Amino acid sequence: MSYQRPVFRHPSLSKNEVGFTRADYEGAISTLCAGCGHDSISGSIAQACYEMSIEPHRLAKLSGIGCSSKTPTYFLGKSHGFNSVHGRMPSVATGALLANKDLIYLGVSGDGDTASIGMGQFVHAVRRNLNMVYIVMNNGCYGLTKGQDSATADAGSINKSGSANPFQAIDLVGLGLELGATFVARSFSGDKTQLVPLIKAAISHPGFALIDVLSPCVTFNNNPGSTKSYDFVRAHMEATATVDFVPEKKEITVDYDEGTSRRLKLHDGSYIQLQKLADNWDPMDRDSALVALNEARAKNEILTGLLYVQPESRNLHGLLNTVDTPLNELKEEDLCPGAATLDSINQGFR
Amino acid sequence: MKNSETSNEMPVPVNGKSHLGPVIVNDMVIRFANVNGTGSASANNLFAKSIFRMGIPVSPKNIFPSNIQGLPTWYEVRISDKGYLGRREGIDLMVSINPQSMLKDVASVREGGYFIYDNTKPLHSDFFREGIHFLGIPMTRLTMEHFQDPRGRLLYKNIIYVGALTALLNMDEEVVRDIIREQFKKKEKLIPNNLLALELGVKYAREHFDCPLPIRVEKRDYVQNSILVDGNTACGLGAIYAGATVAAWYPITPSTSVVNAFEKYAKRLRATPEGKMKVAVVQAEDELAAIGMVIGASWNGARSFTATSGPGVSLMNEFLGLAYFAEIPAVLIDVQRGGPSTGMPTRTQQSDLILAAYASHGDTKHVLLFPSTPTECFDMTAEAFDLAERLQTPIMVMTDLDLGMNEHMTAPFSWDDKKRYDRGKVLSAEDLDNLKEFGRYLDVDGDGITYRTIPGVHPDKGSFFTRGTSRDEYARYTEEGAPYQRNMDRLVRKWHTAKGLVPKPEFYQHKTESNFGMIFFGTSTYAALEALDLLQAEGHGIDAMRIKSFPFTEEVERFIDDHEIVFVIEQNRDAQMRSLLINELEINPKKLIRILHYDGFPITADTIARQIQKGILVS
Repeated sequence: MSYQRPVFRHPSLSKNEVGFTRADYEGAISTLCAGCGHDSISGSIAQACYEMSIEPHRLAKLSGIGCSSKTPTYFLGKSHGFNSVHGRMPSVATGALLANKDLIYLGVSGDGDTASIGMGQFVHAVRRNLNMVYIVMNNGCYGLTKGQDSATADAGSINKSGSANPFQAIDLVGLGLELGATFVARSFSGDKTQLVPLIKAAISHPGFALIDVLSPCVTFNNNPGSTKSYDFVRAHMEATATVDFVPEKKEITVDYDEGTSRRLKLHDGSYIQLQKLADNWDPMDRDSALVALNEARAKNEILTGLLYVQPESRNLHGLLNTVDTPLNELKEEDLCPGAATLDSINQGFR
Repeated sequence: MKNSETSNEMPVPVNGKSHLGPVIVNDMVIRFANVNGTGSASANNLFAKSIFRMGIPVSPKNIFPSNIQGLPTWYEVRISDKGYLGRREGIDLMVSINPQSMLKDVASVREGGYFIYDNTKPLHSDFFREGIHFLGIPMTRLTMEHFQDPRGRLLYKNIIYVGALTALLNMDEEVVRDIIREQFKKKEKLIPNNLLALELGVKYAREHFDCPLPIRVEKRDYVQNSILVDGNTACGLGAIYAGATVAAWYPITPSTSVVNAFEKYAKRLRATPEGKMKVAVVQAEDELAAIGMVIGASWNGARSFTATSGPGVSLMNEFLGLAYFAEIPAVLIDVQRGGPSTGMPTRTQQSDLILAAYASHGDTKHVLLFPSTPTECFDMTAEAFDLAERLQTPIMVMTDLDLGMNEHMTAPFSWDDKKRYDRGKVLSAEDLDNLKEFGRYLDVDGDGITYRTIPGVHPDKGSFFTRGTSRDEYARYTEEGAPYQRNMDRLVRKWHTAKGLVPKPEFYQHKTESNFGMIFFGTSTYAALEALDLLQAEGHGIDAMRIKSFPFTEEVERFIDDHEIVFVIEQNRDAQMRSLLINELEINPKKLIRILHYDGFPITADTIARQIQKGILVS
């Protein structure tokens, strides 16, 4: 069941530039377990969209199947949503994006939905550089079917029933980097100060933006020995840098230290401001991101933050060279060649 | 060596006197036996097109292997003054170019028929057969004498046999030459050599045989304004006319050329002067993704389609169920091939009916259309987009390899400029402002079809959550039994509405003239109509009906009610259409007699007539 929130809003709530309150970016009441990391991510998404003054109807949210894929019901209730089939959200998003390139597309998936059943579609979405935000709510297990290990569970991680996972984990950010994703980040559901600016930057990015968010499963994978528990992730997180998102219109007033900070201009004129940069890491150098990722892994650390961004790239519409008008707005006159043309086509078959 | 070859040489008619027989005009089957990948297709096409240009009804069929180069391939051309376009048994004339298949090819010629072969080297006596006429033409020698480059020699050999046929069958040489000039309009350099090759064939035949043969062609005006085109091209063009803007597909024989055609016409008809495209074509990573993209695009308000064959439909089942249940338009062209599994990828069948009709788990039913000519491929593809949006559900256009990949003589494509696309029940921002309440799955009109909105339409009205899970009238997730059941029942109501919207059957002969009825659909139509004539000649008048759609309309039920015995003709093993009729209309199975053909080759009139005669005797 989905339970709707009361529509009453206190009149004193502050509104953003497009006239919506923070509450307008919420959805139905979550039915996930109390303390679920996914709910925090939903909150971060709502927060990012509110602060960016996104009109809810200009955003479409899409998901597959699983606990993670239920969340679009719980944020942005005024947006159209599509809860598709297991592992197939990327193809539905591709089609939606082809039909209307002017909306913002936010895909929500999980580690089962992306790294197992949906792996094929995920890699091809990256390859096509869809202009979308792709958030993986990664808890290393199948919550909705009671906690089986997923393909992102680390080897040796102990699950709730006490057995160690014997298989190698698939690292989605490593994969994204290898596949040529143009925006790659990792975050933690419990770290809103990092996650919210990352989501904003991902929305501003005009290509495929992957954010792998570690999001502990309080019910099935939060036990000692699990490498996806709240305690473990908190203890092992190491950020590439602190992240701030500066919208296009906003002037930059704070001074940052030269050498340890970096300002990246995004395609739409906004900035990502990074501070306390990790050594030997350049956010615009894919290879250095992979090296940093591998080094962190060797040290048993979870590397978070922005890993890589390529601000300018051709996304799917650019690659297909489609017209500027969204395809779903083309009129019959634009599309149908008419009877006279058909007569000449017929002539070619005689 | 030379001696032994000579001793094995069989008698070859020198002056052509030995091939006298009764004169047969414009009624024959000619088969070309070629090697795949040797350029024979365009030469064979030249032959068929020439007959067509002479105003004589013609029906060419490719019988090709799942192979790019090297394996045997055949091209069969039926020429019929009476306009019979189905396959006919018995080969009157064989053009044999392929030594691999020669033994079988010799055997397949009818008694008294003709066998044209390359006699550059003498034919081994193993291939000799009494009762047919061997006409040797030194094709290889002629190409060696007149052409230099090896690839050219291979290609011109094909044109030489077309030249020989031109003389032997009394074809209009000028017509053939015209078509050569048209075919090479963009490569003019090649025209003189092709014309030379043609002339070599003509000359050799005239000098060595009595031309024309007793089987021959004569000019007619029976073709009128018909066109010669394949069904896949027609489907691709239909999608252009219907305003499809998104095509997502995965390559699979025999459907590949549907999207190829769509793309070709899009480049011509949907490009802006700056070269920007008013269309997006995506080759997906698999069929699952292809239909997923179609559903995503349709959900977002673009007309979208995919083309595939049986194996692809199997993979698409999951998404078809979603589109049925979440009520999202989608158009799928299923160019059927021989199943099950990988089956016979390059052979034809009508064996995806049950797969398509009930695709996906749970209670699902899908609307199917059954075109039988390229003209109908065009019309029904266009109509499928209207139906998909009107009914908010997947529509599958069920063609097959024979229809899709072979050229058929067919009525010219037509389009009514006054006609508007039916975009179905879609609410605009204005509609939403004037609406008291919006429920995505509220049956406001009582026809089972509810109103939908396209994402982004209105700042704060009309958004909803599309899902494959059960929901209430307002698209809210629910596991309650009552709203789930209400929804399932409404889908049945929509199914009944569909019955009034899909194309009605077509009738041949007067209804209830006979106790016997005959039902057919798709490409079985050509052969079925010819079989009606064959049976009539035997004194069996049979009423006939062609089904054009699923769900079955009232007329289908009435036709079956009006006849004691109904023969159901189809190209599959399990009588799938018959099963659908029994299942959907609760017909007594004893009443419906199976007339089946499923060897992968297009069905023939003889097969149908023979089985029906047997059926009539039994009953």
